[in-house]
Amino acid sequence: MLRTSLHEIETAEELKKLQEENENLMVCCGRMGPMCIPVYDIMEELEEEYPHVKFAVMAFDNPEAAIIRNDPACRGFMGLPFTMYYKNGKTVKATTSIQNRQQITSILNEYFQK
Amino acid sequence: MNEVFDVAIIGGGPAGLSAGIYSSRAKLKTVILNSGSFGGQVVLTDEVANYPGVEQTKGYNLAALMKKQAKDFGCKLIGNIEITEYHLHDEIKRVVLSDGREIKARGVIFATGGRPRLLGVEGENEFRGRGISFCATCDGDFFTGKEVVVVGGGNSALEEAISLTKFATKVTIFHQFDHFQAFPAVIDEAKNTPKINFIMESRIIKFLGSEKLEAVEIEHIPTGKRQIFKTDGVFIFIGYIPNTEDLKGILPLNDRGEIIVDSDMFTGIPGVYAAGDSIAKKYRQITTAVAEGTIASLSLAEYIKSKVKKLENETNLVA
Repeated sequence: MLRTSLHEIETAEELKKLQEENENLMVCCGRMGPMCIPVYDIMEELEEEYPHVKFAVMAFDNPEAAIIRNDPACRGFMGLPFTMYYKNGKTVKATTSIQNRQQITSILNEYFQK
Repeated sequence: MNEVFDVAIIGGGPAGLSAGIYSSRAKLKTVILNSGSFGGQVVLTDEVANYPGVEQTKGYNLAALMKKQAKDFGCKLIGNIEITEYHLHDEIKRVVLSDGREIKARGVIFATGGRPRLLGVEGENEFRGRGISFCATCDGDFFTGKEVVVVGGGNSALEEAISLTKFATKVTIFHQFDHFQAFPAVIDEAKNTPKINFIMESRIIKFLGSEKLEAVEIEHIPTGKRQIFKTDGVFIFIGYIPNTEDLKGILPLNDRGEIIVDSDMFTGIPGVYAAGDSIAKKYRQITTAVAEGTIASLSLAEYIKSKVKKLENETNLVA
């Protein structure tokens, strides 16, 4: 269980449902570790600034997170967290390892325009 | 923003948060401005076992507690900001943020911290998260049954190399010198760990691979001889650099870019102090950062008090 104020996805089915219900979805899949926490913090702050984007997290060690771990966009990833960006249910971008606010907002601005 | 704070702290790591705790507890109106997540490099530390009074904790737990303490004492926290201008020589100091907001304060404490040093060689950015890592605790299990390299010769490098032996079949430490800088006990432990090998006086000059890291090109420094070294992962722990690039010409810096302060954490500019990993000092520990943050806060409080007293005396003279 991840200790963040963001919505935590528990199952692969729930992730699919969120993808269907939200045109723009960002999911950070990680642990409560040094490289992941800064990304969660940034997402918490961005929730207000990007109301048209749904922000969520998923525990990397949750077996259901295989849906993210096995996403072809994550091939070759060897650094936590895996951060996924979905548009209309499709993966449009995935990043590995820690990202700063500028890196995240530039992806949000590119793929999830208001 | 027309509000004038007593204390503006730039940086939200242990030094900045400690200064925030002390200043706000002393009833000084305090704001902490931070460019990233609060907690600084402590957040990047997995286990903290040498912080007095706390037997063992996660770095992020300690950082979260410091942040909560500062907030509970009334400190205002503004995160993820970028500062574009500093005006430090007037009685009321001003910093301008990239969104146009202006923060005013009677005194400023710089606690901008540091960040992990990179090798600065070809492929380093390309393979970050695809074989290159800066955190053995976070990414170690991706390398289960694989062979990895650790770069560095200090405590972090050797300790992380030891922890990586839980996952990797072989850990090779590359170090540019012929000796290590780590504490003797840590060196002994690394040397006595069977899975660890050492390649001394060598450096990585290129990262190689396609989808993920596959090898590194290394150079033996004394001879200049180069070779390709196959590896599945590289963990880099080669120290830190101070976050002071935008303070050149604004604060006194030494040739390593560290802020020069005296024992009161005074920078030489009235009302401006500095603390933590961005200052010129020998030891970089959470405890030293906390101590410097405390000293900077108390020194600045004294400065503000003397200013208020001077103002009162002048007012009395006029009356």
